[in-house]
Order: sequence, then structure tokens, then C-alpha cells
Amino acid sequence: MSTEWPEEAYRLLREGGVDQFAYVPDAGHQHLIDRSIADPEVHSIALTTEEEGVGMLAGAHLGGSRGVLLMQSSGVGNCINLLSLIRAGRFPFLTLISMRGDFGEGNPWQMPMGQSTQPVLEACDVICLRIDEPGEVARTIGAALTMAFQNEMPVAVLLGQKLLGAKKF
Amino acid sequence: MADPTNDAMTDAMNGTLDRTRAADYPLRRREVVAALLADRGDMLVVAGLGAPVWDCTAVADHPLNFPLWGAMGGAAVMGLGLAMAQPDRRVLVITGDGEMLMGLGALSTIGAQRPDNLAIVVCDNERYGETGMQLTHTAGSLDLPAMALAAGFESAAGISSDNEFKAALPAIRSAHGPAFWCIKIRAENSPIGAMPPKDGVTLKDRFRAALLGAA
Repeated sequence: MSTEWPEEAYRLLREGGVDQFAYVPDAGHQHLIDRSIADPEVHSIALTTEEEGVGMLAGAHLGGSRGVLLMQSSGVGNCINLLSLIRAGRFPFLTLISMRGDFGEGNPWQMPMGQSTQPVLEACDVICLRIDEPGEVARTIGAALTMAFQNEMPVAVLLGQKLLGAKKF
Repeated sequence: MADPTNDAMTDAMNGTLDRTRAADYPLRRREVVAALLADRGDMLVVAGLGAPVWDCTAVADHPLNFPLWGAMGGAAVMGLGLAMAQPDRRVLVITGDGEMLMGLGALSTIGAQRPDNLAIVVCDNERYGETGMQLTHTAGSLDLPAMALAAGFESAAGISSDNEFKAALPAIRSAHGPAFWCIKIRAENSPIGAMPPKDGVTLKDRFRAALLGAA
């Protein structure tokens, strides 16, 4: 996978004021995770489950910080109840989601949550912006930053398997 | 084979929970939380859903409380995000045993981050108080402070008497974090009393205004 667009994504997030990077690891987020660990100016927070990141980022906003949650699409299901906090408090919320169960997926067990990811997020009032080409990354992440933090809205950027490449297992 | 001096342990090892002991615990939740929040200075408080919210609000509907009306399991991690954003302010999470048990992974995430300014107090009545006082796992052998220590907390302790509580109060305010206390409180139905605003936007906006100044 290219490191060009992930490096651009990291730069945009930092320029957008993001300094809490919470994640449950996925191969599609490897570069962003590594950059956040190496960056002394940010907090890099490994989670045990994705819903922790939802609560954590609401706390960050209470304290005047901006954060992003990096997760795989399979983690979206874990977040549902905690997303009620985002909606009830109209907290800004930004998540970058690496898709599985998407274009060209080779593992049938990844399909149910992958195909449910966007409908589940939209049922929880999370706006979904999808990226399938490297050339769309900068514009989409810029748009997501504005919508999440200026409008105080929940926004998910879905990194599709056309962009990331599909796994065969 | 039962050892009559060790019934509680035997019950716990058998997977049974103690249905009666918490009715006799000497510490009372309203007095404990009132002492936690007395002379609070500029401390930031996150209250887990249910009785801890009512207890905190009984002391004062303070703008630097963030009371959770839902999001069960989220209080500790909300405290973590807040503590990292405000490293110079003491952050105190006051929550219940059922709420803490729903987000136990938070202990390991906090233990890995080790924020110096974060303290968590679990008011443990060994019950799900809002749903009919059903027993939680802490009515058995489950040891929350041991879990917090094993997860990497700087300190963690159980409290079950007034003397222990009074002795711990200064540390709850100022000990290096992450620090954890599990306070055994009497299982009793307290009147709810005063409620904080229900509107989450109001709660968020007033907290940020009090902490960060006008938007």
C-alpha cells in the first residue's frame, strides 16, 4: 500500500488540530498509527475495543482537544450505544474506517459487518464520506474535518477496499 | 468440606454471589460523594450513569460536572480523553460498579496511557441500582482494585470503612495517577432528588464555557 496518501492524511489531521489518535489497529491504518506513535506532539492511544474511543473523544472535546478514531469496519458495531453520547451531546466526532467486507473481499465472515457498516452508521446519524481513489483523500479528509469540528457533527470517512486493496483471507 | 469460617469465599468459588453483605456496609453513598466533592477547587468531574449522577447533583449542579444520562461503560474513557486534554487539572471519574464492569477494557487502556491527573472512584454497592438492585459480579470475589493494579494503574485500593475513607481523601484529590479506589457502600435505595439538566448539549456547552471560556 502506498504511504503517500496516508502521509497526506496525517498532515491534514495535524493541521486540523487533531492531537488524540485513538485506534484499534488495522493494516489500512498502519502508517497513521506509526506516525502518531512517533510524534511527540500527540497522544497515540491503543484501545481494547472501538467504543472506548467514542467516549474518549467526547472527553477530549470537553477538555478542548480534537481527536480521531481509527478503526476497521468490523469495529463499527461495537460503537453503537456509545454513539448515543455523540448524538445527545452534539459532540464533534471524526472516525477513519478501513473497510473489510467490501470490494473484492475474500473472507466471507467479513461480509456481514462490512456491508452493514454504512447503514449502521447512518442509522446513528453519522455522516459517511467514502474514498475509493488516492486522489480523493485530501479533499475528503479536509471536508470531514470541517464538518465534524466546525459543525459539531459525527463524520465517518470510509476507506474502501478499492483504495486499500482487498484481503484474500 | 465447607469451612464455616470461610463461607463467603466458598460461595464465591462456587460462583455464587453474596446477597446480603452489602446491606450492612457502613459507608453511605450520599455522604461519600459529598466528601469527594467538598472543596473541589478546579477539579473536573465525570459522573457515570445512574446513582452517581444523582449523588453528584445532590451536592451541587456544578458546570464542571459532566453527568452521563446514558453511554454505560463510557465514564472512565471519557475521563481519559479529558485528562489528556487538560493535563494540569485533576480529573475525577465517579461511577458505579455496574457501569465500570461494562467497560473493563478501559482499565487496561488507561493503565497503558498512565495519565498522572486521572482518578477513578467506583461507588460499589454490588448492585445494578437503576434496574431493580440486581447483583453485580462485585458481590462475589471480583476485585476491581486488583484489576486496576494489574492493568498498570499507579495505585489502587479498596475502601470499606469510614476511617479508611477519611485517610484516602487527600490521595483521591492529589495522588499521582492513574489512581483507582473502590469504595464499598451500603446497598440501599436513595431518593433520586435533584437531577442535572437532561440536555446533553447544555451539559457540554456549560462545561466547556466554565473550563475554556466563552466559545
